[in-house]
Amino acid sequence: MGRTLKMKVSATNSALDLLSELQGKYGEKLMFHQSGGCCDGSAPMCFQEGEFPLGDNDVKLGEIGGVPFYMNGDQYEKWKHTDLTIDAVKGIGGMFSLDNGTGRRFLTKSEICLVVDNDEKK
Amino acid sequence: MSAEVMKVSSVLDTSHLKVKFPFKAKYGNYINGKFVEPLSGKYFDNPSPISNETICSVARSNEKDVEAALDAAHAAFKEWGKTDITTRSNILYKIADVLEKNLNLLATAECLDNGKPIRECMAADLPLVIDHWRYFAGVIRAEEGSVAEISNSQYSYNIPEPLGVVGQIVPWNFPLLMATWKLAPALAAGNCSVLKPAEQTPASIMVMMELIGDLLPPGVVNIVSGFGLEAGKPLASSKRVAKVAFTGETTTGRLIMQYAAQNIIPITLELGGKSPNIFFEDIMDKDDDFLDKCVEGFVMFNLNQGEVCTCPSRALVQESIYDKFMEKCIERTKAVVQDNPLKMETMIGAQASVEQMEKIKSYLDLGKKEGAKVLCGGSIGKLNSGLEKGNYIQPTVFEAKNDMRISQEEIFGPVVSVIKFKDEADALRIANDTLYGLGAGVWTRNGNIAYRMGRAIQAGIVWTNCYHAYPAHSPFGGYKQSGVGRETHKMMLNHYRQNKNLHVSYAEKKLGFF
Repeated sequence: MGRTLKMKVSATNSALDLLSELQGKYGEKLMFHQSGGCCDGSAPMCFQEGEFPLGDNDVKLGEIGGVPFYMNGDQYEKWKHTDLTIDAVKGIGGMFSLDNGTGRRFLTKSEICLVVDNDEKK
Repeated sequence: MSAEVMKVSSVLDTSHLKVKFPFKAKYGNYINGKFVEPLSGKYFDNPSPISNETICSVARSNEKDVEAALDAAHAAFKEWGKTDITTRSNILYKIADVLEKNLNLLATAECLDNGKPIRECMAADLPLVIDHWRYFAGVIRAEEGSVAEISNSQYSYNIPEPLGVVGQIVPWNFPLLMATWKLAPALAAGNCSVLKPAEQTPASIMVMMELIGDLLPPGVVNIVSGFGLEAGKPLASSKRVAKVAFTGETTTGRLIMQYAAQNIIPITLELGGKSPNIFFEDIMDKDDDFLDKCVEGFVMFNLNQGEVCTCPSRALVQESIYDKFMEKCIERTKAVVQDNPLKMETMIGAQASVEQMEKIKSYLDLGKKEGAKVLCGGSIGKLNSGLEKGNYIQPTVFEAKNDMRISQEEIFGPVVSVIKFKDEADALRIANDTLYGLGAGVWTRNGNIAYRMGRAIQAGIVWTNCYHAYPAHSPFGGYKQSGVGRETHKMMLNHYRQNKNLHVSYAEKKLGFF
């Protein structure tokens, strides 16, 4: 925590729309944690704040719609040359994430983050 | 439950496989030996990835259904946990026999539910399922506890005991095989199970339960369908399960560990990988059968549409053979036939869900932005003749760098990053430069290289001159963030058992302390 982050996270209107639907149902205080690994891996998982226990190795990438967005620090090191755009698409949703079963799900889309790209090009 | 069948288009016709359409129109939960309505009365539509037509509807369960299943499992455990091993073993053998007699029907159900090619269902998924039940039926007969002679009047007897009622959450990539990997050892060890299939592929296991349900006492196996949030979470966090087994991704893996911490119970987790498949220059010393096998080893990233936790999604190729070897690999990849999974000639079928296809597409886009070069494929697969709405992705080969995200994340699709290496040390460095450590492949004619690489790669299984082999007595599981514990192999039994140490003194005289 407290690192200077180059990666930025933002959301599309449809993601913000789904987020506010979830806030209407579960309350304002939600959070995201970006998953990795198989099956629903790479899905941005949405929880009520406090449901997912954060550790010292989680980094906060920013906020979307006022909701904090976290990622495991090891994963961040592999992802930091990209910016994330959280979108919402039709689908079932991942596991215990609050979008599960709504008919829509969050999806992480990525762009190359120019700041890091330039650094690496030297 | 209703005996009617949904009306589907001709692309989902199964008559050429000599089986009837395998699904009823509607499935409830399988609890206490019966199919029952979900307590909420709610169902959800289950589409086939082949064409996205609804093939059946399935129970949308909640915590009340989970509780009912747990009630049944706890009641059944009183007897099942004490059932003698020969009886349990014989039941497992009977299950295998019934599944074998119905192989074509189950293979067809799996193909329709998941989208994988029927030839893989028939030649891999179902034979592995059947063998797995037989393996655990056999292995518990030959197993025994141990006795330590502490002194000539003091003995320590170790007796394995079942844990009780276990919760099992199964992924959508191999619905029947992953359910079997969890159920067979749990039942062999004397446990009862409440299992939640993935909501993307909830139907084939119901066909399996229709066939084998009556072979088991009621309540020993309970299947609760539904969504992760509504049914999976109450199961994973329940105080009434003695263990949770989960296959999936890292964020949910962490949540399950947290629930287990609150309940102080063991877990096993299989959370994925980014497996390196390493090709050394000596494979091209001869143009022979072995080289042909190596090329097939490269193209294995297409097995199950790449939806395998051990998908060989990073191919590491020695630079001295790169151009010549890749020419063969690209040619072989281009020969992969993508078509209706129900056709016997089809080699690659449909991705398991629309959202999975969307996710893979996002990585195809990202790879291009990261500067990876598309050597073949690179887009959504456009099929016609009624398959326009199915979830198809072209087999895709990227020439990439290992620090690109496409080389670091499990895309779970038919997508491989090809990365050049200079020498053995370089290959090892790249192979281990990943958060995961589930599987790996090493291809070489040199036994010493194979041994050194096999021991030094941080992964649970290193296939040497082969890939994607999953026999029941070969343990499977991950190093690093790929998870905790192992599946398959008799060592899995101990993930479903306690050890009772019965410490006995046969001495007549007191110790003399008091």
